[in-house]
Amino acid sequence: MKLAYWMYAGPAHIGTLRVATSFKNVHAIMHAPLGDDYFNVMRSMLERERDFTPVTTSIVDRHVLARGSQEKVVENITRKDKEELPDLILLTPTCTSSILQEDLQNFVDRAAMESKSDVLLADVNHYRVNELQAADRTLEQIVRFYIEKANKQNNLSTIKTIKPSVNILGMFTLGFHNQHDCRELKILLNQLGITVNEVIPEGGSVLNLKNLPKAWFNIVPYREVGLMTAVYLEKEFQMPYVDITPMGIVQTESFIRQIANVLNSIDKTNSYNFDQYIDQQTIYVSQAAWFARSIDCQNLTNKKAVVFGDATHAVAMTKILVREMGIRVACAGTYCQHDADWFREQVWGFCDEVLITDDHTQVGDMIARIEPSAIFGTQMERHVGKRLDIPCGVISAPVHIQNFPLGYRPFLGYEGTNQIADLVYNSFTLGMEDHLLEIFGGHDSKEVITKSLSTDSELNWTIEATSELNKIPGFVRGKVKRNTEKFARQNKIITISIDVMYAAKESAGA
Amino acid sequence: MSQLITSQKINEKETLKFECETGNYHTFCPISCVSWLYQKIEDSFFLVIGTKTCGYFLQNALGVMIFAEPRYAMAELEEADISAQLNDYKELKRLCLQIKRDRNPSVIVWIGTCTTEIIKMDLEGMAPRLETEIGIPIVVARANGLDYAFTQGEDTVLAAMACRCPDKTSITSNNTNLETSMPPLVLFGSLPSAVVNVLTLELNKQGITVDGWLPSSRYTDLPALGEDVYVCGVNPFLSRTAMTLMRRKKCKLINAPFPIGPDGTRAWIEKICNVLGVTPTGLEEREKKIWQSLENYLPLVRGKSVFFMGDNLLEISLARFLTRCGMIVYECGVPYLDKRYQASELLLLEQTCLEKNVPMPRIVEKPDNYYQIQRIRELQPDLVITGMALSNPLEARGINTKWSVEFTFAQIHGFANSKDVLELVTRPLRRNMMQQVSNKTLVKPAN
Repeated sequence: MKLAYWMYAGPAHIGTLRVATSFKNVHAIMHAPLGDDYFNVMRSMLERERDFTPVTTSIVDRHVLARGSQEKVVENITRKDKEELPDLILLTPTCTSSILQEDLQNFVDRAAMESKSDVLLADVNHYRVNELQAADRTLEQIVRFYIEKANKQNNLSTIKTIKPSVNILGMFTLGFHNQHDCRELKILLNQLGITVNEVIPEGGSVLNLKNLPKAWFNIVPYREVGLMTAVYLEKEFQMPYVDITPMGIVQTESFIRQIANVLNSIDKTNSYNFDQYIDQQTIYVSQAAWFARSIDCQNLTNKKAVVFGDATHAVAMTKILVREMGIRVACAGTYCQHDADWFREQVWGFCDEVLITDDHTQVGDMIARIEPSAIFGTQMERHVGKRLDIPCGVISAPVHIQNFPLGYRPFLGYEGTNQIADLVYNSFTLGMEDHLLEIFGGHDSKEVITKSLSTDSELNWTIEATSELNKIPGFVRGKVKRNTEKFARQNKIITISIDVMYAAKESAGA
Repeated sequence: MSQLITSQKINEKETLKFECETGNYHTFCPISCVSWLYQKIEDSFFLVIGTKTCGYFLQNALGVMIFAEPRYAMAELEEADISAQLNDYKELKRLCLQIKRDRNPSVIVWIGTCTTEIIKMDLEGMAPRLETEIGIPIVVARANGLDYAFTQGEDTVLAAMACRCPDKTSITSNNTNLETSMPPLVLFGSLPSAVVNVLTLELNKQGITVDGWLPSSRYTDLPALGEDVYVCGVNPFLSRTAMTLMRRKKCKLINAPFPIGPDGTRAWIEKICNVLGVTPTGLEEREKKIWQSLENYLPLVRGKSVFFMGDNLLEISLARFLTRCGMIVYECGVPYLDKRYQASELLLLEQTCLEKNVPMPRIVEKPDNYYQIQRIRELQPDLVITGMALSNPLEARGINTKWSVEFTFAQIHGFANSKDVLELVTRPLRRNMMQQVSNKTLVKPAN
């Protein structure tokens, strides 16, 4: 057992449902108790979805516990088959069905005989995989199923398109800025003269999965979801894939170069070279390169930042901050523990330390210890930042409704670099403001509140010391206060006078 | 449509129609009760013994509250717990000691979930042992989705807590209400302290003293219960608690409508007065005054139709109040209906329909959301009260909706809060009067 207040990645069935509901005309049936359909609320509220979320529950209640589901699951599947006429019904196990150990595959087999739609049992184990892993698996499972089916029926489209084409794998519902990213990628590919064959699962149809092999290659923009599918398609059809996330100028450039390599390896008659395009975009379309060079960005040099999020975004962000903006990343971390090795390898040399954990208190403590000038993390880090008075830019799921903006906000591609530059710049206190505050000793005389994560200290500040503290500019005041209190505690001093403050300062300087 | 129905006069003696569907509806898991109970019982700590699924629900459903260091946590079961490689007792002891060290609560409430039911974890058996070992009371409530819906979670917690109330000895019972010789009265149901005060004062005006509330704002102040204690519920979903109070604590239950809306509040007070032998005074004028103060809202709702999809068990009481306001209730979905515990409320609903000369709503227990949506399409009600999973899709189809969850968290009890109910009910109607864009159906046609 684990005492837990909060988690970064959800349970497995959420991942499965996210993939299933991203496809058009796929219905998911959860084998779960009443109240487990919270996914429908999230999709309806966060994505502001206009359509009914195609998820229903075959409810596990007392009767099911006593006698087993019996006909219930089969009836629910055949009922949905008639009501909604979906192409595919995906039976989704939950933590409850994992331990009931009913033969769900048997239900699926029986229901498949009576249904017009295809019926599948999502192959995920609640206790072994999390939301992201489950999503990756489910996508691969569905693709594999339809490829094999088409293979049997001999209508698999294996003939490549005449012009270069690509499948985009892993865009899906409730993903962090996925819809905007998808649009940006399509624009980018279009400009490279590459047509988009299929985008899955978001907006895709399972009936079109047989067309996947028509594309020349696949791209997997996010490491968390789509990689398994790409690997499967590579094995089956020798389709190459590009798994570089085009986030930031440097990575977008390597993404495009990688595409050129792939195209050249497939089509020997042409020579694909996008150097000119990359230059053009880097210099004129993306403002990020110029921004990094501009005088304002000098103020960011060597400022300390902390990065935390899913593997894809945390890695890309770390590299952007260091390589493109000259910011020092004191700690880069991810909650994708299953992908820890890749993460370490990617950020090696870019940050002072690496934190791999799914315990948000550890992340909070790390931030409190490092006291960075800005945080780039998830909604949880944003709240830690609020408490510590450190600004935070949200770069990764888990997210709020605020992270489903109506306006166009991609993180990928060249427009993405602009968005990220804004995000980073706005997260740090503006340079000149910073400077002036330092010179004039701050302009606010608010009472100082302890903002450490630990509980309040029993230290007393004398009036003189408090007013001295108030003279310190706002943005470092918290730090000075904490350092002084730390010093006082270490030296068993209960009342903090001005003397103690200076002593603390000396000891910190020494 | 609403006019069409009102024009049909009700001639024959109608009664309420009860139906039962498949139970395929959307609601919150009953463990959500920790969110309001931990705030209500200030010295408590709620430990939900379940899986990531439970945790994910809590953290998302309760939004930002999670960031305020709440007095609740998950005891997240891992594979080794499920396969019994770890000793449940030792694991729970370790966690509870940690809670004791960090928070030092007066009570730890264990919330049993679906998983603890299925693996048959003997929480009730372990709690007394651990209680003596660590010196903190441990209350066990099985608020799981196998048996209960949403607000029924509170019912299971209060039923468990009722058993922890001290016994009323004959000596103390002589002491209370000595001057009036009235039997002691304890009210049950968790309400914000402001509402507790309002209802208590309301009874005080009739010369009735409230001897205690279950729950109290501190676990250490639980009311004394015993054979001559009268109890009365303030919420429609507390049937198990009522049962426990009657059977285990030998209390006498006052079966009354619930104090929601001015009509409900008045009926509730009157019933309590009747049972305790007090003649109620000034209630009629008080009710009338409240109705007058609602005059701003009533024209907005009069003659409008409403459809409750059903998810929090407040539906019958709200339907009754809205009928009294002049609305027509097409359907009243409800997760579970205890006809005995809600008897007075059902009777009042029936009477209200007859007096207002409107058709009796169809009461659908364990509704099926899919069928309900078909009926909503046909009936085109002016307002659908529903959960958040269905609100946006219905709005996109031009149907006004109000999230039902808000009724659970808003202050809706007593005379003065009647306005808040109407504030909620009329919000979508008022918004749509102002907006020009939302009159259109905002969905793409099916291809």
